[in-house]
Amino acid sequence: MPSDASVQKETGSASQTLVARHLSKTYRSGDVEVHALQGVDFELNKNELVVLLGPSGSGKSTLLNIIGGLDTPTSGDIRFRDHNLSSADEAELTRFRREHVGFVFQFYNLIPSLTARENVALVTEIAPHPLDPAEALSLVGLGKRLDHFPAQLSGGEQQRVAIARAIAKQPEILLCDEPTGALDSRTGVLVLEAIERVNRELGTSTALITHNTAIAGMADRVVHIADGRIERTERNLHRQPIHELKW
Amino acid sequence: MTTLDRKLWRELWHLRGQALAVAVVIASGVAMLVMSMSTVEALDDTTRAYYQRNRFGDVFAFAVRAPETVARRIAELPGVQSVDVRIGKYATLDIDGLAEPVIGRLQSIPEDGQPPLNRLTLRSGRWLEPGRRDEVIINEPFAEAHGMVEGAQFSALINGHYRRLTVVGTALSPEFVYALGPGALMPDDKRFGIVWMSRQALESAYDLEGAFNDLSVSLLRGAAVDAVLRDIDTLLEPYGGFRAVARADQLSNWFVMNEIAQQRTMSTILPTIFLAVAAFLTYMVLTRLIATERSEIGLLKAFGYTHWEISWHYMKLVLVIAVAGILLGSVLGAMFGLDNTRRYADFFRFPLLIYRPSANAFLLAALVSVATTVAGAVGAVRRAASLPPAEAMRPPQPVIYRHTDSGRRQLLALVDQPTRIALRQIGRWPLRAFFTVAGISMSVALLVVGLQWSDMIDEMAERYFFDAQRQHAMIGLSEAQAMTALQDFKHLPGVIAAEPLRFVSADFHVGTRRHRGAINGVPADTVLQPIHDEATGHDLPVPQDGLAMATRLAQKLDVGVGDMVWVDIQQGQRPSVQLPVTTLFETMIAMPAVMDLQALNRLLKERPSLEYANLLIDKRAEGELFRALKSMPGIGAVMIKQAALDSFHDTIGEQMLIYTGIFAMFAGALGFGVVYNSARIALSERGRELATLRVLGFTRGEISYILLAEVGLLIVAALPLGCLAGRGLTLMIAHLFDTELFRIPATVQPSTYGMAVLLTLLATVTSIALVRRRVDQLDLIRVLKTRE
Repeated sequence: MPSDASVQKETGSASQTLVARHLSKTYRSGDVEVHALQGVDFELNKNELVVLLGPSGSGKSTLLNIIGGLDTPTSGDIRFRDHNLSSADEAELTRFRREHVGFVFQFYNLIPSLTARENVALVTEIAPHPLDPAEALSLVGLGKRLDHFPAQLSGGEQQRVAIARAIAKQPEILLCDEPTGALDSRTGVLVLEAIERVNRELGTSTALITHNTAIAGMADRVVHIADGRIERTERNLHRQPIHELKW
Repeated sequence: MTTLDRKLWRELWHLRGQALAVAVVIASGVAMLVMSMSTVEALDDTTRAYYQRNRFGDVFAFAVRAPETVARRIAELPGVQSVDVRIGKYATLDIDGLAEPVIGRLQSIPEDGQPPLNRLTLRSGRWLEPGRRDEVIINEPFAEAHGMVEGAQFSALINGHYRRLTVVGTALSPEFVYALGPGALMPDDKRFGIVWMSRQALESAYDLEGAFNDLSVSLLRGAAVDAVLRDIDTLLEPYGGFRAVARADQLSNWFVMNEIAQQRTMSTILPTIFLAVAAFLTYMVLTRLIATERSEIGLLKAFGYTHWEISWHYMKLVLVIAVAGILLGSVLGAMFGLDNTRRYADFFRFPLLIYRPSANAFLLAALVSVATTVAGAVGAVRRAASLPPAEAMRPPQPVIYRHTDSGRRQLLALVDQPTRIALRQIGRWPLRAFFTVAGISMSVALLVVGLQWSDMIDEMAERYFFDAQRQHAMIGLSEAQAMTALQDFKHLPGVIAAEPLRFVSADFHVGTRRHRGAINGVPADTVLQPIHDEATGHDLPVPQDGLAMATRLAQKLDVGVGDMVWVDIQQGQRPSVQLPVTTLFETMIAMPAVMDLQALNRLLKERPSLEYANLLIDKRAEGELFRALKSMPGIGAVMIKQAALDSFHDTIGEQMLIYTGIFAMFAGALGFGVVYNSARIALSERGRELATLRVLGFTRGEISYILLAEVGLLIVAALPLGCLAGRGLTLMIAHLFDTELFRIPATVQPSTYGMAVLLTLLATVTSIALVRRRVDQLDLIRVLKTRE
């Protein structure tokens, strides 16, 4: 049975996939209060690729986690279509992640005991309209390494498995947290190409965080974050081809 | 199979060492329970089947000489199904080559075949041949103890005349499962035997033609046992009838039932402790194991796996381990149970063995194990899954180590850096350190409990045979004799002192409380069988009038010093009197009531007489004394203390050795499970840290030290605590084991503590060596590069 979100996707009614207003997040660590986010407004549009740029500790990961339903804001409002995520309970957030969001992490976070195909299957088994794991892996150029365990893959390959895992459920939102952070530039390019291709071919709204300014060129929109606030937003008229990116 | 399940199996395989250690812990608890419970069941079933097959009587009675006509009247009593009248007498046997006299129970059987009740199971040879009055069948253990086979001959002093008897067969009887000689505490197959002879032979030897002195009755289903007992007592009274007893009070059966009851107590207490400890350990280990899976749990949550799906995943992991433990434990438990039962069956000489353990023990053990492991997993999974996924995926924040106060800082300054790391680790996780210490302590405690059985047996024997009884031998007379008979004993070669003694059957009652027992009559100035109070270790004076009573008997009757007790004497003229309780004393074995011999004789309205003589013997003249005793008429029993002590040790000692061996093995497995898992989990938690240190130039030995010093320090702390806990458990078990027959002393010898500590250290060294191997194989680059 198709979920309400997928029905909406088919009708293509909204151009704004996700809207966040006045997001704040405060962590308490012992006696110290850390204001990770302070009144952030953010939206993610259909088919868009957004790069969130900022130094480490600027709050970009916190924002990504809240967008992805991994964390909840201290105050503010966040909506995915007609779902209010800021007031969602644990079960609703779980369903949101399960049906609509794909994650790619800096350290891949593959399950070492599962092969590439099985790592992807871990997600497709609980998604309503998944791609075939092999198809997802082909999409990131790993069609020939399906049955390798993470330990048998290079860092770039592992990250591409992670991307395949994230997109295999055909999510509306793909969130990538420093996907190239642990990779050299040549391997990083391969990974970014995979993300770009998914965004282009599947139309997945993608948010990618990095502290690497060179990556900003691939985005439709670049959001600069510092000290928990959005400093400025730039719009690229043309996305720069990935192979031209250098760092 | 879903991908998550595939992950489960692969991870299980990866964790096989730890999983196996946890499974072994669970298996130990399960095996103990299954072994004990199935043994009890098997003993129950076997006894019941044996009794039924051999038509074991429901009621037993004795008389001096009752005519056959009385038997017919007994047969007509309501509730009585059938009656078997016999002749039973004690006689001194003279076995060739054996110095000391042997006592035989001569029991009549029909010449032409099995008696209607209490049938024999012929083990070898044949039945008596009609008319051959000197043919006998003897009980199998007695035959084996003396190497007697068909055709063997021995002499018996029957009614004052020596008779040469020929063995034609060996047999077993439900009546003499526990073949206990008069006055003996333990069966001694060398010095007491059952001799079945033809009824006619015994009739003529004892002048009992047309009469009987021993009777067994079977009852119809639902018969009123007490009424039948009363009626039989009434019918036999004119013929010197001795109190009729129901099967429950029949000597052999009483001991068998007592033994089964003890085994039942054992099957409740020990496995309960064991399973509780195993559950505790499982909980501890799984909690830590799952805590290390924290980031994977976060990841699964990020993918949208629900709380329940994640919990169920880890639940399956622990269930697989639990099921493996249960299966292993069940198999081991059944194996040891069968073995245990077999040893009991050998001990009791059951001619058959039924070992069909019901599902109860297995189900109970499985249920408890599953419940505790799942409880452990639920707690751990809930903790991990309750974190927001973003946080769960980050490595845990570096924990805050505080500077300790100046005194402790100075102390820490004394030790080197690696030791400091170990100490800080313990200080930082006090609860975890506590659980590890508690786990190891419990396995030490269980070892102490297991190993102290032999201390306890030694102590019990020591106190009963030496502190409470000072005679070397006790001679039973076939019937009460005048006091002058004592002089005959005093004049026997090698006798230093002789004292008279009487046991008189009596019912004690106060209100509705009742006890069927006996009064021991001892001389006022007794030296050889004093009233020995175990509580104080002192001898108490024999009361002039009134009863000295074992505290347990007083408790059973709910009386104290100064209270009056009704005593129905069951012998002679059967007087009923009220006697005051004047003294209370603690005993190790049985619950006697003692009074002055002269007062007892007065009570019986009989001339001063004795039934037993306690002798103090000059060891050098033992041989001569035995020869003299062999030819002395009127002797019904000879109990030699050293022999009794030896047989006590032989029978109980062997049983105990095997049981404690099994117990120690399981307790050792427990210890191994805790230490191995503690070290393994510490390794997986601190792999990065250790690898970093290796990169910084620490040697393998040094990082092993950091990891294992922590475990080692905890073990050092756990050993004395474990000994203390073992002592506590011993006291508890001694308290719970208190039966009418035994009160066990809670004794633990220093060597037992030493052994428990040694075995624990052995288990520790083994598990640490296994972990050390892993530390040596630590892949530096990979550990540092990847974030697991």
